[in-house]
Amino acid sequence: MSNLLEAKGVHAAYGETKVLHGIDFAVRQGGVTALLGANGAGKTTTLRAICGLVRARGDISLDGRRIDGMATEDIVRLGVAHVPEGRGTFMELTVEENLKLGAYTRPAREATADFGHMFAYFPRLKERFKQQAGTLSGGEQQMLAIARALLLRPRLLLLDEPSFGLAPLIVQEIFRILKRIREDAGVSILLVEQNAALALEFAEDAYLLETGRIVMSGPAAEISKDEGIRRSYLGY
Amino acid sequence: MLQGVIHQIMSGIATGGIYASVALALVMIYQATHHVNFAQGEMATFSTYIALTCINLGFPYWVAFAIAVVISFFIGLAIERILMRPLANAPVLASVGVFVGLLLIINSLSGWFFDYTIKQFPSPFPDRPMLGGYLSGHELGSTAVTLIVLILVYLFFRHTRLGLAMRAAAFNPTSARLVGVRVGWMLALGWGLAAAIGAVAGCMVAPVVFLDPNMMSGILLYAFAGALLGGIDNPLGAVLGGFAVGVIENLGGAYLVGTELKLTLALVIIVAVLTVRPTGLMGRKVYSRV
Repeated sequence: MSNLLEAKGVHAAYGETKVLHGIDFAVRQGGVTALLGANGAGKTTTLRAICGLVRARGDISLDGRRIDGMATEDIVRLGVAHVPEGRGTFMELTVEENLKLGAYTRPAREATADFGHMFAYFPRLKERFKQQAGTLSGGEQQMLAIARALLLRPRLLLLDEPSFGLAPLIVQEIFRILKRIREDAGVSILLVEQNAALALEFAEDAYLLETGRIVMSGPAAEISKDEGIRRSYLGY
Repeated sequence: MLQGVIHQIMSGIATGGIYASVALALVMIYQATHHVNFAQGEMATFSTYIALTCINLGFPYWVAFAIAVVISFFIGLAIERILMRPLANAPVLASVGVFVGLLLIINSLSGWFFDYTIKQFPSPFPDRPMLGGYLSGHELGSTAVTLIVLILVYLFFRHTRLGLAMRAAAFNPTSARLVGVRVGWMLALGWGLAAAIGAVAGCMVAPVVFLDPNMMSGILLYAFAGALLGGIDNPLGAVLGGFAVGVIENLGGAYLVGTELKLTLALVIIVAVLTVRPTGLMGRKVYSRV
């Protein structure tokens, strides 16, 4: 299978503080890749580098086309949807408006038809449709964030800690839905997770980041089997 | 007595409409950038001069009015693109400096192009008392125009994709970019709209206060008081605040402090709101975690 996303020698920094020191990674066409690592390893920064939210050096290409140095708005238009850390909810707007914004780059009529698909995945959003998004629970906001990202009809979905701050049952529900979405939509996913066990079960490939460098990569199944890695890096 | 009070309230609402428009223009830029555009008043004055020039060139009133509004929109757009853009990440004081500089520059340009003499500005409305003598034709007409503008702005922000995108860009710029909204252009559009609204306010107030380069300086103060009173980050609040300040100013001027001290009322409102309730009556509280 060919790679949808390919990154080579990616460096990134916030001002003087270097966060990524030349990392290589890839996401396969239709595949799920997990990016693991401790707090501050540079996982979020990697996602932000892909969609141009942080200045990065190095080659990043989507389907063979260089996207590094492009404006975020243009990368988004190429089909990269990012569910950011903290979910990025438009708190002051309604659920409906949040979803409409997700489809902002697409013709309005097409998008409203897609709302139905989103309600099939997340019935809760239909109940809350007219409600202000800031009043949603954490889990509901995560669902809204994923739905908003999917309404872009992305080829690549970047998920930043979808389990963050959520009760285990809700996390399970969200990952169950993500699996369905993956089968239906054929979208490729780059997943950042603290919860390594969960991520390795969902992904086919995995990379392990440590202080801005990739220290390990390979099929998720193998990484999760390797007791040494598990003990020293993943902590379970 | 009662008739007098009603009369003061009615004309307070009429001037309040002007404050409400300018307050709305201030809020539009404040929401997106968290800066108060001190040059808003001078921009509106300049726009009024454009309208007057067109009228003097022989255009019918409403055509001249429309030309002024459209040109002002593009001037606002250009100011954001050329002057404010490079300051996007600058410290607050730099932006304040630019706003003050802009105020002085536009004020001087108005004087230079159109000279400093006080000019009459025509009203498109009939010059006779209306509503049983409580309002002049111009007061009633300008209130109607103000209300129409406010309703159009409301409909634009509530019911169009572009309006939604502008709100998204103001509330959460990063998330807006992640759904493909061109945030930079939304800011520029906000400046354009603010300038256009200011142009309407300028044309509506000029027949009453006469046109000179400093026409809007007092009005900006009242508008700012109105915006603060209602909540500087809440468009509806700012509009209601603007109307309220108009009424307070008129009643206070007539029965409390006299006309000479009217402007002081605006300052009292500003200080009172900032000390007692900084978010304004309808503003949202912003909590930041540390």
